[in-house]
Amino acid sequence: MTKKTKLLFGGIIVAAALGYLIYGGIREAAVYYITPSELKAKEASAADKSFRLGGMVVPGSLHWEPQTLRLSFLLSDGKEQVAVEHTGSPPDLFKEGAGAIVEGKYTNGQLFRASTILAKHSEEYRPPQPGQVQAKDLYRTLMKPQGERR
Amino acid sequence: MISTLGRFSLALAFGLALYGVVVSVLGARRRRPSLVESGRGAVYAVFGLASFAVLLMEAALVGRDFSVQYVARNGSLGTPLFYTIIALWGALEGSILLWIWILALMTLLAVVIEGGRSREAIPYVTAVLLSIQVFFLFLATFPANPFTPLFPPPADGRGPNPLLQNHPLMAIHPPCLYAGYVGWSVPYAFAMAALISGRLGEDWIRTVRRWSIVAWGFLTIGIILGGWWSYAVLGWGGYWAWDPVENASFLPWLTGTAFLHTVMVQERRKMLKVWNLALIITTFSLTIFGTFLTRSGILSSVHAFSESTIGPLFLAFIALILLVSFGLLVYRSDGLKAEGDLESLVSRESAFLMNNLLLLGFAFAVFLGTLFPLLSEAVRGVKVSVGEPFFNTVNVPIGLVLIFLMGVGPLIAWRRASLESLRRTFTIPLILAFLGTGVSSFLGVRGLYPLLAFAAAVFAATTVIQEFVRGARTRRRITGEGYLAALSNLTRRGRRRYGGLIVHLGVVLVAIGITASTVFRQEKEVTLARGESLHLGRYQVRFDELSAWQEPHRFVVQGTFTVLNSARKVAEMRPSKRFYRSEQQPIGTVDVRSTPREDLYLILSSFAQDGSSATLKMLIRPLVMWIWIGGAVMALGALVAIWPDRRRVLAAEAAKERVAWQPGRS
Repeated sequence: MTKKTKLLFGGIIVAAALGYLIYGGIREAAVYYITPSELKAKEASAADKSFRLGGMVVPGSLHWEPQTLRLSFLLSDGKEQVAVEHTGSPPDLFKEGAGAIVEGKYTNGQLFRASTILAKHSEEYRPPQPGQVQAKDLYRTLMKPQGERR
Repeated sequence: MISTLGRFSLALAFGLALYGVVVSVLGARRRRPSLVESGRGAVYAVFGLASFAVLLMEAALVGRDFSVQYVARNGSLGTPLFYTIIALWGALEGSILLWIWILALMTLLAVVIEGGRSREAIPYVTAVLLSIQVFFLFLATFPANPFTPLFPPPADGRGPNPLLQNHPLMAIHPPCLYAGYVGWSVPYAFAMAALISGRLGEDWIRTVRRWSIVAWGFLTIGIILGGWWSYAVLGWGGYWAWDPVENASFLPWLTGTAFLHTVMVQERRKMLKVWNLALIITTFSLTIFGTFLTRSGILSSVHAFSESTIGPLFLAFIALILLVSFGLLVYRSDGLKAEGDLESLVSRESAFLMNNLLLLGFAFAVFLGTLFPLLSEAVRGVKVSVGEPFFNTVNVPIGLVLIFLMGVGPLIAWRRASLESLRRTFTIPLILAFLGTGVSSFLGVRGLYPLLAFAAAVFAATTVIQEFVRGARTRRRITGEGYLAALSNLTRRGRRRYGGLIVHLGVVLVAIGITASTVFRQEKEVTLARGESLHLGRYQVRFDELSAWQEPHRFVVQGTFTVLNSARKVAEMRPSKRFYRSEQQPIGTVDVRSTPREDLYLILSSFAQDGSSATLKMLIRPLVMWIWIGGAVMALGALVAIWPDRRRVLAAEAAKERVAWQPGRS
């Protein structure tokens, strides 16, 4: 073998190894984006696979327990709703009525266990909605004399 | 007033840049020095007008002139002066303006610095650089005009995106990154000039090397600072998320790094000429592609600006660049035959080839992973993303081999390495690498990749140190200098080589920082009542109190925590949440305590509104600081490599004088 062929040969082996790495990586790490309707439609086949579920946090469904850090809410696409559970604090931009993407697994066809919550950050300004806690109100509650509890 | 002046100066700059392209090409084709001179004038004028436009925008921002739409959107009466000034690059239109200014500056510097040495090439270089400028000035004149007026002007503006006014790093991260992006235009322009004029000798390669190192250096600083910003601001405890925009800045860095290595092969052995040109073209295209990803909003990312209409324009521009550049490359391929030949598989040439293959494989994987959601949607109609797991599975092994090669490449001989020289060079590093693996295993490192990472890091670091020590020792023996003098003179005599070795040392530090902070990461999140403590590692963190106050442009809620290390108080840390007027949701602000050994990272996740309890997330990430230090070392190495030699400066001045004395030159 000449040096050129040897080099070519080595190059092909390395390139093949890289290709295999990439192929395997994609197979392993591919996560499908689906909507709550799509998830409900394929309940059985959806078990034990990771998905990214996108939808809106249903107003009134958001519960967070500070002691256990258990966060639960319903995610809706307008047609179907999926119950989502997560352990941790709600991210800053996460709120009822806003869009969110959660990544996790659909266990026993009822509960979506989210390992990650991504809240969409909007650059555009929207005026505060009625019923929403204003910064000023927070200020007031925090400035209450110590010892007084609600 | 400002709006009209601004639009006028950008439109004028657009016209002059176009004029400059035409006269430069004509001047070169018809050998008319007066036309070439006029093209040079256009370069000065475009720089002047771009600077004027930037000053106008700053005047509008600082003067809170809300009749300019950009100011109304990105400035406000309550925003502090510092963040008002840097709001120039806080959104799409302003960042294009900054881009234009940096490109104008680079063009000016290229023409002034290289004008004497590469007189034949410079008209084409000017034409290419001004063509790129024409594209960006077109964007700024029409679809993304920063000076679009707003009537009636609002009483107050919206203020910059809170994430962008939360940390002083925003002042340097974007400009460095842009300088890194724009910097690659200059090597690209010289490469194109060589292809257009058919002067494919080694001159352009020599010129281009320093410019590429400059661009590479800025890109490196920009990327590292971006990681630092993400770490300090985004509050998730990490510094790199394989986010599309992060990847976009990493791609040209990878191909550019590949170029910096094979360009040495071309200089030394006159091989790989087509390859190097292709790498420059790819790198430059990737910088434009990166801007496209950031600015078009086709992929969602924390860094992406809101969607805009300029996406298709960018795609067309990239298509044009690729078509013209590779077309020229094929057209000139006859003049690009290799004059040298690979003599042995155990040689520096083949180490560089291997390094290139891996760097490009790395880049390809990043490219594919970034665009995978788009590709799968286009091809199969389903939205699929590959997240961090993909990038880690593919790129960690490639990265490990690259670090190992980093130790081999600079020390192995050109042409053909003898067994004896291999033994002499690599025995000590290999032994130390094995010892290092043992020590890190003893310290608790588990798993194949982490152990290999430390082994490769020790190996690469030892080769670099050994090289410096041996060089200094030889010099000391010959000249009788002291160790320090010998070391500094050694570096001064071989700036490029030793600068490069310093860069390698920086990469090793970054790699160690990344590995340690990932492998030994500890994390815990709990809700604490006042006086309660969280225990993690050696630390105990006590929640003392919650306080709140109003600032002009935001409302701040802050927790105070006392950090104890075995009952001894080491720090008081104050993570907070900030409520900006224009946002409905708070922005968390972390508090980080950095030491060379480890970082303590506190996030105030949530709090009871009466201040009685707070949810705290705490992370311990060892050796994170070494990533930033490594970045600084890499930048230092780049600086050493390009620092002008006395000889070079003198030669350049002599050349300039010769040119200046030429008879008949206006």
